[in-house]
Amino acid sequence: MASGDLLTITESLTGWGRTAPSVAQVLPVPDAQVAAEAVAAVAGHNADAPAHLRRGLIARGLGRSYGDVAQNAGGLVLDMTALRRIHAIDPDAATADVDAGVSLDALMRAALPYGLWLPVLPGTRQVSVGGAIACDVHGKNHHSAGSFGDHVAALSLLVADGRVLELRPEGAAEDPDGTLFWATVGGAGLTGVILRATLRLTHTETAYFVADGVVTKSLDETIAAHTDGSESQYPYSSAWFDVISPPPKLGRAAISRGALAKFEQLPPKLKQDPLGFHAKPLFELPDVFPNGLANKATFTALGSLWYAKSGNYKGKVQSLTGFYHPLDMFSQWNRAYGPRGFLQYQFVVPPAAVAEFKGIIAQLQASGHYSFLNVFKLFGPGNRAPLSYPMAGWNVCVDFPIKAGLDALLARIDAQVLEFGGRLYTAKDSRADAATFHAMYPRIGDWLAVRRRIDPDGVFTSDMARRLELV
Amino acid sequence: MIDATGIPQTVLLLGGSSEIGNAIVREYLAERPLRVILAGPAGDETLPPAAAALRDAGATEVHVLKFDATAFDTHPQVIDAAWEIADVDVAIVAFGLLGDAERLWQDQAAAVLEAQVNYTGAVSVGVLLGQKMKAQGYGQIIAMSSVAGELVRRSNFVYGSTKAGLDGFYRLLGEALAPFGPKVLVVRPGQVRTRMSAHVKEAPLTIGKAEAAAQIVAAARDGKRLIWAPPPFRLVMLALKHIPGPVFRKLPI
Repeated sequence: MASGDLLTITESLTGWGRTAPSVAQVLPVPDAQVAAEAVAAVAGHNADAPAHLRRGLIARGLGRSYGDVAQNAGGLVLDMTALRRIHAIDPDAATADVDAGVSLDALMRAALPYGLWLPVLPGTRQVSVGGAIACDVHGKNHHSAGSFGDHVAALSLLVADGRVLELRPEGAAEDPDGTLFWATVGGAGLTGVILRATLRLTHTETAYFVADGVVTKSLDETIAAHTDGSESQYPYSSAWFDVISPPPKLGRAAISRGALAKFEQLPPKLKQDPLGFHAKPLFELPDVFPNGLANKATFTALGSLWYAKSGNYKGKVQSLTGFYHPLDMFSQWNRAYGPRGFLQYQFVVPPAAVAEFKGIIAQLQASGHYSFLNVFKLFGPGNRAPLSYPMAGWNVCVDFPIKAGLDALLARIDAQVLEFGGRLYTAKDSRADAATFHAMYPRIGDWLAVRRRIDPDGVFTSDMARRLELV
Repeated sequence: MIDATGIPQTVLLLGGSSEIGNAIVREYLAERPLRVILAGPAGDETLPPAAAALRDAGATEVHVLKFDATAFDTHPQVIDAAWEIADVDVAIVAFGLLGDAERLWQDQAAAVLEAQVNYTGAVSVGVLLGQKMKAQGYGQIIAMSSVAGELVRRSNFVYGSTKAGLDGFYRLLGEALAPFGPKVLVVRPGQVRTRMSAHVKEAPLTIGKAEAAAQIVAAARDGKRLIWAPPPFRLVMLALKHIPGPVFRKLPI
């Protein structure tokens, strides 16, 4: 097929936050051959080619990143969701060989009957394997299991010159020291198109968790609960916390911690189908919410409800949805923020920066911007990938509806996060400026060197790459 | 790119000496440092100080391009030159002549120049900006119309008629571009305190440039297609349009 014959669909794309739309030519990629043709067409730099083949390309998975990481205004976007074959699951080796477009939800459902579990699950399972690698996603078990890239045994990367490279974390023939592998982990799709990956899974006896819940009354108590040594007893831990109520309630949290349940921990009824997983969305939110419905009053009421229902408990057996993915009860929940959309602000600051961290939380509370879905987690150490987000420290994620003054507030917080040695996350960011972002990643120079070597002509690009100057 | 909160990285101001145009750029600059491209006539003495002022206001780069509104043949090169600097996120079409209304309708050469600058020139760059932004899949055009174009009145009908044409062109350019990503905001200022209006008697609802710019940038970030600056002018114009002709003709406006 000639390059001009790539059959694309003109589509306006946004991230999950529904902000900053841009129109691209979207190419469904059902097999590796189509992806190779697309890369060849863009890499050809043919002046007679249609305009959209002269603005680079980016691979896109399920569009759950909040910002512009999987958009490419005016250019080509490879829709990888059709490339979704699970090639093999090896119960003995505990590995899965999957196409990049396979969702973590599909993989989890396929692996569970073999007693296998995904070692890293982010806040939604509706993400693709390719996206999970490109953003090096993390989950509630980061402090015990690291991030997604730590569990990739091998991946196939289609690079700008048309080769498909087989990469491994420890290095491989065409990437002796593993540099390209680790630049691809967390690399925002800018080193090439991830086509396929072999993932290391973990064994589990059940699809359930045994959870302990703790409710704290203040930010100090929340921090104390994370530093009193109890965290290390739980492979999984995260907290919902209050960023709306003024002190002393500010920072109070419902901490949920636990581990995968052993078979004998299940009640008799669940023992009949210990690896069963049957979650379906209760309902889909319609696209009818006005701007401004997500406000202080509704958030305060919801927050109090959440706080009240959480409570203290010990040894509670919970499903994955209950323990991990409560928002999965509602599909398309991002619509509740109205057409103006929202942005998710996630940052991490080092463990020692407690006072600084508390200062940031106080500023967010006093800002006049209100966030309901607030996640609090103490990360473990980061990995080798230069652009991987997680690093040891206090990680916080808040959701703000877009309204006037939000940008100025977050620009002030950015400066502090940077000053305290912290950083922002490519899967969430939709508004940071390039200089700040670069300064937050001390090893970005290493990453840029790999990127310029493997893609010297900028075949792979995205709205985020243009905004954050990741070129 | 334009970020999630509506802040651009690169702004092109066609009519680099326009006071409202510069005020809009400064309003964006107040949020975030940006790259600014000023386009204006060769020898325009107001451009260097405008560039210096924008640097002082935090612009990371200020480029100046020669732009003659009636040299239509050169417009493609000017727009290409702007895009060679960077993808243009926001383009402000703010050049125009006001002129002496009583002379304009009786002086053929002056009327033709007024029409060519305000209407033909604006259409010329509008087509080019539209094509560039269509290809880049996003972008924001801010076109400075006027309440004088919404309802053309005896007191300044040559100027008013040029703005009426510009207003219609840019509103519908916005409709045409919508499926391709770019947005167009048409601004109908009432009276704003600038050099252009310095000799005109101050009308009710007159506002300062900075105030107008804040309203314009807020509307663009909100994805609006048409605004009045100040907003109550919308109602004033609505009322005027419903005054019967015989009465309207007797009004001193």
